[in-house]
Amino acid sequence: MALLEVRDLKTHFRTDDGIVKAVDGVSFSIEKGKTLGIVGESGSGKSVTCLTIMGLNPKRNTISSGEAIFNGQNLLTMSSSDLREIRGNDIAMIFQDPMTSLNPVHRIGHQLVEAIQLHRDVSKKQARARALELLKAVGIPRAERRIDDYPHQFSGGMRQRVMIAMALVNDPDLLIADEPTTALDVTTQAQILKLMTTLQREFDSAIIMITHDLGVIAEIADDVVVMYAARVAEQGNVDALFTRPQHPYTWGLLGSLPRLDTDVDRLVQIQGQPPSLLNPPRGCRFHPRCPYVMGICKTEEPHLMPVDGDRTHTQACHLDQTTKDREAEKLLAGTMAEAS
Amino acid sequence: MIRYLIRRILWAVVLFFAVTVVSYVLFFIIPANPAKQACGQACTSQDVKRVAHALGTDRPIYVQYGKFVKHLVIDRSLGYSYFSRQSVNSIVGAAAPVTASLVVGGAILWMLIAIPVGVLSALRPRSLLDRTSMTFVLIGISAHPIWIGLIFAYFFGFRLHLTPITGYCDFINPSTDCGGPVQWAYHLVLPWLTFAILFAALYVRMIRANTLDTMNEDYVRTARAKGAPEWLVLRSHILRNAMLPVVTMLGMDIGLALGGAVFTETVYSLPGLGKTAVGGLNNYDLPTVQGVIVFATLAIIIFNLVVDLLYAWIDPRIRLA
Repeated sequence: MALLEVRDLKTHFRTDDGIVKAVDGVSFSIEKGKTLGIVGESGSGKSVTCLTIMGLNPKRNTISSGEAIFNGQNLLTMSSSDLREIRGNDIAMIFQDPMTSLNPVHRIGHQLVEAIQLHRDVSKKQARARALELLKAVGIPRAERRIDDYPHQFSGGMRQRVMIAMALVNDPDLLIADEPTTALDVTTQAQILKLMTTLQREFDSAIIMITHDLGVIAEIADDVVVMYAARVAEQGNVDALFTRPQHPYTWGLLGSLPRLDTDVDRLVQIQGQPPSLLNPPRGCRFHPRCPYVMGICKTEEPHLMPVDGDRTHTQACHLDQTTKDREAEKLLAGTMAEAS
Repeated sequence: MIRYLIRRILWAVVLFFAVTVVSYVLFFIIPANPAKQACGQACTSQDVKRVAHALGTDRPIYVQYGKFVKHLVIDRSLGYSYFSRQSVNSIVGAAAPVTASLVVGGAILWMLIAIPVGVLSALRPRSLLDRTSMTFVLIGISAHPIWIGLIFAYFFGFRLHLTPITGYCDFINPSTDCGGPVQWAYHLVLPWLTFAILFAALYVRMIRANTLDTMNEDYVRTARAKGAPEWLVLRSHILRNAMLPVVTMLGMDIGLALGGAVFTETVYSLPGLGKTAVGGLNNYDLPTVQGVIVFATLAIIIFNLVVDLLYAWIDPRIRLA
């Protein structure tokens, strides 16, 4: 049985301008100890998906529906006190901006101890020992001294390590990482990713990695969900997605990846802007930006269908299989040719 | 830290002289003769001259200022009132506790109103409570304390007989016909309320805005993601940060108000610094006015310093250097 099974998740926000459908029917599942990558542009609904699972959207103007079954319980319908028991204990989360995600007026140690004591009935001393252990595990140098420092005394990368330590402190089954490396510089990014994969093995946690960086996905994910305008465009395991991408949007993402091994003057970009979720385009939501657009795309919405010969790989595009395979091959051949 | 304190104190000295010089100059611009005022209606020009000589007001302004500074530094004396010939030290000494009673009590009252109302309005924006409190804020900011004071005195004092209409009773030493803590508080209820309304309104608005801002901070989301219950999120993560700027405001406002809550003291006939200053101005009594100014300047300087030290203590990001 999957650790977390999300079915037809919808999150709509009431705003002054109308209802924004930030997530509109998303399904995926993740197994114990595996890593699921969720990719997409800003505003595609990837963060909101995870905040909905965690119950962290502002209650006042949010309407959620669907299911998120975690260990047999639906996270979306359980009481807020039950959900609090799970948050930070069974499911932990790391956020995008480590500079603002730690409380500036509390010491690092206090913030970790708080996370432990919310879920474990231990003394302050024991909690502190556990906090110190985790700070060492995430590679904070001189952790014994730095545990009493304040967040502003840490660099961005070090703060993200603290956030990871705080997330892992209760040994969660599932770790949701919302663009954990976006705010960091490239060398620090690599260190943090490496740290996360090492710790994943050590703690045997599943990870949901939200990112707009396919490089990160290639690095650590087992399965991938590509989101576009609040919906899933394509979904499959990481090898299938990189060797046989099926959706023009995925092609666009792959084509826009910078590569060190080729010499390109300009990266390929996906034309246009992501659509407004207040009033999304009819038919396929990608059609205004799609270079392969056909008549049917403007009127009929494509549903997620399995790819021929691979049941686990699904995609939502009206193009026929032969064209898709041909275009995918061309794209991959192109990058290969440039590489050689 | 020591260097910081020394620098602050040096600046305070500079500020102190700047303020006293300006008030001297302003006083001399007023086209009036303090000696004539002190002498009285029946005085001849001969008498006025003698009085002017006795008061020293016939000397040039820099000589007078020099004498003022000399008395202040060497004798720690603010001089003697032109009008009553009392020592200004004792005038200010008698008025300061009255103003302090009004200001400290008022500050406690306005914080008792502003913190719960501000926080609750922020937690439930656009709710009935929020709208009601915003109406109160609008009234509190718009209504003049003299008007509020007169209305309160009329209804609570004159019509309902719940409180005295005006007057002051000493807390410890009954120099007047009444005294003791109970009478003291009884006479101050209306002044506290009147004085607190304006500030309560300003503080409700500020606390509400700060709390709303802080609620959207990433670290508040982090706290919720850790599984912290709402009361803990509010107490330890939202309020702790939202109250930081309030501490600064409170210190500065109390320092400022200690110089005299002119309107409230006037409307309730409280013999505080504000009333003393107004009386001194009407009599062209420079030493008395100057005494109040010196006291107010010191209060502001001291409270600002206290606020800075306190701020460095409660906000770890601030380092005094």
